[in-house]
Amino acid sequence: MNQLLFKHNRPDRSVTFAEYCSEGGFEALRKAVSGMSPGEVQQAVIDSGLRGRGGAGFPTGKKWSFVPRDLPGPRWLICNCDEMEPGTYKDRVLLEHNPYSLIEGMTLACYALGVRHAFIFIRRGYEKAAENLTRALAEAKEAGFLGERILGSDISVDLDLHLSAGRYICGEETALINALEGKRPNPRSKPPFPAIKGLWGGPTVVNNVETLANVPAIVANGATWFKGLARNPEGAGTKLFCVSGAVKNRVCVELPIGTTLREIIDGPCGGMLPGKTYKACIPGGASTQFLTAAHLDVPMDYEPVAKVGSRLGSGAIIVFEEGCCLVAATLNLITFFTRESCGWCTPCREGLPFVKEILERIEAGAGEEQDIGILREHVKYLSYSFCAFAPGAMAPLEGLLNHFEDEVREHILKRKCPFKDAPPLTR
Amino acid sequence: MIPDHLKKSLESRVASAVSAREAAVDVMKELQSHYGWLTDEAVGEAAELLGLSRLQVDELATFYEMIYRRPVGNKVIHVCDSISCWCAGYKAIIGHLQTRLDVEPGGTSADGKFTLIPCCCMGRCGDGPVMSVGADIYDNLTPERVDRILDAERQGKAEASAK
Repeated sequence: MNQLLFKHNRPDRSVTFAEYCSEGGFEALRKAVSGMSPGEVQQAVIDSGLRGRGGAGFPTGKKWSFVPRDLPGPRWLICNCDEMEPGTYKDRVLLEHNPYSLIEGMTLACYALGVRHAFIFIRRGYEKAAENLTRALAEAKEAGFLGERILGSDISVDLDLHLSAGRYICGEETALINALEGKRPNPRSKPPFPAIKGLWGGPTVVNNVETLANVPAIVANGATWFKGLARNPEGAGTKLFCVSGAVKNRVCVELPIGTTLREIIDGPCGGMLPGKTYKACIPGGASTQFLTAAHLDVPMDYEPVAKVGSRLGSGAIIVFEEGCCLVAATLNLITFFTRESCGWCTPCREGLPFVKEILERIEAGAGEEQDIGILREHVKYLSYSFCAFAPGAMAPLEGLLNHFEDEVREHILKRKCPFKDAPPLTR
Repeated sequence: MIPDHLKKSLESRVASAVSAREAAVDVMKELQSHYGWLTDEAVGEAAELLGLSRLQVDELATFYEMIYRRPVGNKVIHVCDSISCWCAGYKAIIGHLQTRLDVEPGGTSADGKFTLIPCCCMGRCGDGPVMSVGADIYDNLTPERVDRILDAERQGKAEASAK
C-alpha cells in the first residue's frame, strides 16, 4: 500500500534527518526551487484535490489562491497544530515520528505563497512533538533547506514554534491568529477572511499539520499520482485515521482515503474488544455526528460521509459498543464543549449549559417528552453563534436525535438510564 | 521580584518577537514556573515586560488552561475527562485520585503536593485513560498504576511516563 505520511516512520523512534533525506526527503523542495515557479507549486496542490485535514475539508490549493500577491507588507503561513478535538491524536503521532515532512511542506507552501516568516502553533501537552520539531528545524536550517537563501536561491524562509497554553478554541483559525498575536483568543469576525487580513493584518494561510505534510509528495510525484492513492473515484490521497473507544487495538494509521469504516475496524484495529458488538461511532472527532451500524460500509472520505449526514472531520474515529449509553456519551461531549466555550457570543455561552442541563436530567431519569423537542430547537438555535464552535458542538446531539431518538425516549419513559452510567475501565 | 537572570532572558524573548505581546504566553509560563502560579506580582511583571496593562495580561492569564491565577500544589495533576478517556473508564481513575489525595476536583492535597484538575483531551486517545503530573504524561492508567505514580512522585522520582 502506498503511504506518504507514515512512509518514513520507524516503529519506536523518530526518523532521523539522514534517513529522511536518503529516502527522498527534501527532493520536492529541490525540484520546486530549481525548476518550478511558485504558481506551478500552487497549481500542483490545486490539481491534486488535497483538502484540509484538520476537520473542515476546504480545498487547500483554493485556500492558497485567495491570498492576494500584490498587497504591500508581509504575508504569513501558520501551521495549526492545536490538535485538541477530542479523539484526535494523529498530528502528534506524525510529528513524534517524522517532523521533516511538515517542515518541507511548509517551506514549499512558503515558496508558493511568497511567505518569509511562518509559524507552527502547537498545543500544550505536545512538548515531545515540539522538541522533535525544534531539533529538526535546526537540522534543516543547517543543511540549507530553511533560513537565508534556501539551496542557494533567492528564497528565504524562517519557521518559528509557538507553544500554546491550552484551550480548544485556539484551533479555530481566527482565534489562533489572536492567540499568536498575544491577544485573548476569541474568534474574529469573518469577513475579512485570514487570506485577506489575518496575522498582524496581513494575508495569512492557516493549514493543518497533516495537510502541509502532504505537500512534498504532491510536488514530487504530481497530482495524478496523489489522486490515484484514494480508494474512491472522487477522493484524493491518503488519510490518517486515529481510532479510540471500544476497539481491540486503538491505532493511528495511514490508509487510502475512502477506506470504509468496517475495513478500518476489522483491519488495523483488530475488530471490537472481545465480547463487544459495534453500536455506533463518531467518525471525525467530537464535533461530528454519530454513524450507526448501517454506515459501516461508507467510504471514509469527505463527500460520502457528508452524504450520510456526518463529516469526515479530523479522521478521529471513536467507537461505541452495544450497551454503551449514547445519551451519557453525548452528555460527556456537550460537557466538554460547555467548558471550552470561549464565552464570546450568547448562543454558545448560554445555550450549551442549557443543553447540558437537559441531557443531565434525561440521563438521571428526570427528563420529559418535551425535552426532545427543546433539544432539537437548540440544534437550530446554536447555529446562530459567532463561529463554528457551537454548531460543531451540536453535531453529536443532532446525531443522537437522528439515529438514537428511541434511546433518548427510553430514558424518559423508564425514568432511568437503561444502561450503565459510563463504560468501566476496560483494559 | 524575579531574579535578574530571569528578567534578562524574558527581555530577550520579548525583543525577539515580531510584536512584544506575541511573547505573552511564553512570559506567563516562565513567570509561573518561577512563582508556582501566576501571582498578582507576576501579572504586574508580565505587564511591564510586554508593554501591556495588568488587565490585558489578566485577560490572557484567565483564558488559558495551563496558567494558574490561584495557588496550586507543587504539581498539578490533570486528568483527561473527554470522550475517548470516558470510553476507557477515566471516571474510575479520577475517583481513585480523589480518594487517594482526599480532594474534590480543583482541590489541593493537605500536604500541598498535588492539585487535581479534570481537563480536556490530551491527544493520547489511543492510550487512555490519561493524566499528566506536572510536565509528565502517564497513559493506560489503572488504579494500581496511579498508586505507583503517586508513590514515585512523592519520593521525588518519576515512574516511567508515556514516551
